[in-house]
Amino acid sequence: MLDDFFTRALIAGVGLALTTGPLGCFIVWRRMAYFGDTMAHSALLGVALAFFFEINVMIGVFTVAVLISGLLLLLQRRDSLSTDSLLGILSHSTLALGLVMVAFMTWIRVDLLGFLFGDILAVSKTDIAFIYGGGLAVLLVMMWLWRPLLAATVNEDVAKAEGLHPDFSRIVFMLLMAVVIAIAMKIVGILLITALLIIPAATARRLSTTPEQMAVFASLLGAVAVVAGLFGSLRFDTPSGPSIVVAALGVFILSLLPLHILLPSTARGR
Amino acid sequence: MPTGHIGPAPLPEPLIDMRNAGVFRSGRWLVRDIDLQLRRGEIVTLIGPNGSGKSTTAKMAIKVLKPDEGQVIHAPGLRIGYVPQKLAIDWTLPLSVERLITLTSPQKKQDIEHALEAVGIPHLAKAEMRHLSGGEFQRALLARAMVRKPDILVLDEPVQGVDFIGEAALYELIEKLRDTSHCGVLLISHDLHLVMAATDRVICLNGHICCSGTPKDVAASKEYAKLFGPRASGPLAIYEHHHDHTHLPDGRVRHADGSVTDHCHEHDGHHHDHTPTLKAGGKSTHA
Repeated sequence: MLDDFFTRALIAGVGLALTTGPLGCFIVWRRMAYFGDTMAHSALLGVALAFFFEINVMIGVFTVAVLISGLLLLLQRRDSLSTDSLLGILSHSTLALGLVMVAFMTWIRVDLLGFLFGDILAVSKTDIAFIYGGGLAVLLVMMWLWRPLLAATVNEDVAKAEGLHPDFSRIVFMLLMAVVIAIAMKIVGILLITALLIIPAATARRLSTTPEQMAVFASLLGAVAVVAGLFGSLRFDTPSGPSIVVAALGVFILSLLPLHILLPSTARGR
Repeated sequence: MPTGHIGPAPLPEPLIDMRNAGVFRSGRWLVRDIDLQLRRGEIVTLIGPNGSGKSTTAKMAIKVLKPDEGQVIHAPGLRIGYVPQKLAIDWTLPLSVERLITLTSPQKKQDIEHALEAVGIPHLAKAEMRHLSGGEFQRALLARAMVRKPDILVLDEPVQGVDFIGEAALYELIEKLRDTSHCGVLLISHDLHLVMAATDRVICLNGHICCSGTPKDVAASKEYAKLFGPRASGPLAIYEHHHDHTHLPDGRVRHADGSVTDHCHEHDGHHHDHTPTLKAGGKSTHA
């Protein structure tokens, strides 16, 4: 079954969406969309370095994403540029650096568009193993850290005063994001990873009454978008990343329509 | 009135012991030389002008901020319940009152109900935090802090956004909480002129401890008058009243003896004209 490239892409994509759901909720709650974008953009530098040092691409991407988020935390502590300027600098310069490095390495052929926008043809069995292994690890860590993470999202001081170590959760959260970026790259592409994190979470907001519910709905809605997007990608011969994001956008717009009139009254209001 | 700690018996070990503690930020000391001991069953109130370091002192006391000099010592295993000055809940986060209460620690359903009952919002368990009024919001925060059965409650301006009647009720609740659970309370008051009668000690801050003592002593002190200027010529108003009935959410009334009626009795004390009893003489300048 896994010999069919499309089945592989579907399995990988659904696994990815299940992972990005809860993580995406935290990105929305903590207003870290641009931060996620910066980490994702740095992935291309990771790809270039991985080619240069001849190591696994996912490991290269993970390492660079961690380094960039660490660098950002360091720079934020100094009273210099505002966070959004710092993010802008890091985000675009790492992307540019990656592009330039790839162009210099004339001895390897790189499918640049595949890295930027995702490529369903490129999903291998190893990738599936990485996505499910990494995804499961991310979900388990999130379940373990759920309470401190959520408490720190609501108020860091309260979390700290009541013994939940928000600094530790923040660092772990960065690592989780780096893992997700590394495994999401092949499916959605570097430029669109943040969209897969944010749009399903934003869609889930209107349907949920608790944070936990929102995380589960985000996973499910993400999976729907992935399946619809991949079928669209196959049918219309479009890159998989943009197709998935367009599908996610479609679900989001559907959720904005006043369809709740059709639902039983419990789903209404609030 | 639990005034047991005043007497010849030696003082118990403090829950929080701040020695010469200070915080230095951006080239200046936010607060310095803070010596403060908080013991079980004690209510200590911090007052002071804006920027005098009240919140900084409280955060240092609970080790949210690390002192840059001096030290803060906690009793081993100290359990803290904290109501911060500001708590903004983003629209994107669906958070009910119930869920907020279990934010930092899991709680039994029964305990949650008790806590909400105690702060007077038992009907709001399922309500979303962002739909609450200012007073309801503060009550929910207080319920969250107390449900943990903390050794010490730290309340940073717990009555903000609460109307005058609610304010009195909240102060009374805090006092009751101290009496029943025998926890220590560190309270920051936003209103210089209103300090709970149950406060054992008032600490007047202005970057350092200006003066401290019983509410009456502080009100009479020169430092207090100097710190708050002519406005302080009015007295320190002190709540010293008791509700003998509570208005339930459905409009009925519960009396001190536990009976519930549709209306207040004529002889019920202290009805809609809730006013603070003034101590230390003079007129209230409370706006």
